[in-house]
Amino acid sequence: MLDYITSYLHSDLTPGQAGNMLWATVYILIVFAGISLAVVAMNWLERKALAHMQVRLGPMRVGPHGLLQPIADAVKLLIKEDIIPSEADKLVFWIAPLMVVTAAFTTYIVVPFGPTHAITDMNIGILFMLGVSSLGVLGIVMAGWASNSHYPLIGGLRSSAQMVSYEVAMGLAVVSAVLMTSMNATGIGTLSMIGIVNAQKDQGIWFAFKYFPLGFIALAVFGVAMVAETNRAPFDLPEAESELTAGFHTEYSGLRWSLFMLGEYAAMIAVSSVAVTLWLGGWLRPFPNWLSGQPWDLIFSLFPAATFLVLAAIAALGVLRMPKHAYFRVQTIGLAGFAGVLGLIGLVLLIPPVRDRVEDIYWFVIKVAAFMYLYIWYRATFPRYRFDQLMKVGWKVLLPVALGALIATAVVGVL
Amino acid sequence: MAPVATTFFFYFLSALALAGGVFVITRRNPVHSALALIVTLLALAGIYLMLYAPFVAGVQIILYAGGIMVLFLFVIMLVDVGRAEKERQFNRQWVVAIISATGLGVLFVKVFANSKIMAQLMNKPLPTLAESNNTQIVGQGLYGNYMLAFEVASLLLLVAIIGAVVMAKKKI
Repeated sequence: MLDYITSYLHSDLTPGQAGNMLWATVYILIVFAGISLAVVAMNWLERKALAHMQVRLGPMRVGPHGLLQPIADAVKLLIKEDIIPSEADKLVFWIAPLMVVTAAFTTYIVVPFGPTHAITDMNIGILFMLGVSSLGVLGIVMAGWASNSHYPLIGGLRSSAQMVSYEVAMGLAVVSAVLMTSMNATGIGTLSMIGIVNAQKDQGIWFAFKYFPLGFIALAVFGVAMVAETNRAPFDLPEAESELTAGFHTEYSGLRWSLFMLGEYAAMIAVSSVAVTLWLGGWLRPFPNWLSGQPWDLIFSLFPAATFLVLAAIAALGVLRMPKHAYFRVQTIGLAGFAGVLGLIGLVLLIPPVRDRVEDIYWFVIKVAAFMYLYIWYRATFPRYRFDQLMKVGWKVLLPVALGALIATAVVGVL
Repeated sequence: MAPVATTFFFYFLSALALAGGVFVITRRNPVHSALALIVTLLALAGIYLMLYAPFVAGVQIILYAGGIMVLFLFVIMLVDVGRAEKERQFNRQWVVAIISATGLGVLFVKVFANSKIMAQLMNKPLPTLAESNNTQIVGQGLYGNYMLAFEVASLLLLVAIIGAVVMAKKKI
């Protein structure tokens, strides 16, 4: 038994490939818990960043700087009355949110957080990822139809048309990145997520910069298409609140509604990790060639600890700036405790074995986080597209550009 | 790698596919039928996976479950389901359906039982297929050996697309 547990630790494989059920389960639990936590954090961060971009304060009441707001929201959603409209199709109404969440979370099975830090590695990794994430739209369409109401129906229709249109451009952009993996001595490419990052490592260049600007164009097309795929501003027509109240989830409330939100944010993180894996080198650290050698390796491996220590310092600064009033005492103690926990994590990350294991996860997560910040930034910056404009961008701009980039990549690769 | 294709999974997925298929034809509500069809398609994707054809399984999920079924639902949702359910159905052709299905079934069983090729196949040891280069083999097949057939098929699809555009748009 103990052998079974420890044998995996010495293998250089993902638990899925090693066929180790126990560690696979552990990884699944860690990844899913981490994603749920990231969704909660993203919820707080989005409200906060959006508020600051609009010169507001955002959530401030629950906990210091509204840090506990997501928990309060979650409790509110859990105890809210769960309504099923009497004219709704009960079964489909039930399944729809589950479908969205399941599709969003299943994609994480192949997301490579590091060379061995993935639940499993499939040789059709990227295909699996695109395929399963495209099942999420079924949930949205089902929700729109099952509600038996006008706004959700229109929202569901819009969503299906939008997703089918943008999937094409997205797929072509992905194909041009997959094509780049085959630009090596053997001429054999790969669809596996870990294989794609390894190809970037072997070729010594992130695919965003390969054959500049071809890789970058593909990334840009993917970057636009992924916003449309996840129904986010400025392409959030399925839930355009000024026209459709809340679009496909108008009739949903309480826990079921929160499942939709969970699925949406999980899908956002999933497509961001696809972009990071395909074009931005996945878990590879920046400048592996230019800034190579022992000292640079050490410096870059200190980044995770440094990030947590800086966050701890910011929290500590917040403690000092808290109003000195009895009313704020609990909050101040709480924030000090939070700073302490962050600092402790930072110190643990300084231990060499931990440092080496965690570094690749850190680089992957930090790149995904940059994409997540872009999502918030888009939402604060761009006005919503009209539906005909959306279709025009999808079919008349993104599709030809992606196709052109694909053909150009193939031609340059052969030359 | 140890084979994961146990008989349990085969029977489970087949049962799922069959149950989905039965629901497709027995539900009166077209949306329920479409959802049952999705279950069938996903179960088939699982069976492809068991046959060491991961590429086909992935394409099955993307194209059928994720693409075509979304279009199906899109069209069905525009139909007034409440009225369609009450309308007289024109697809009551039990007798013809049963006769043709039985005929086809008998034919399958006959071929399966009598064919010499089948017997040879059954006696052969199971081929050990390399799972890892499935995608390459499919690609080489499509763009190598069966290039002409592939191109003809894509030309056919192109013609169909152009036909649809011409029919839908009065003025191009």
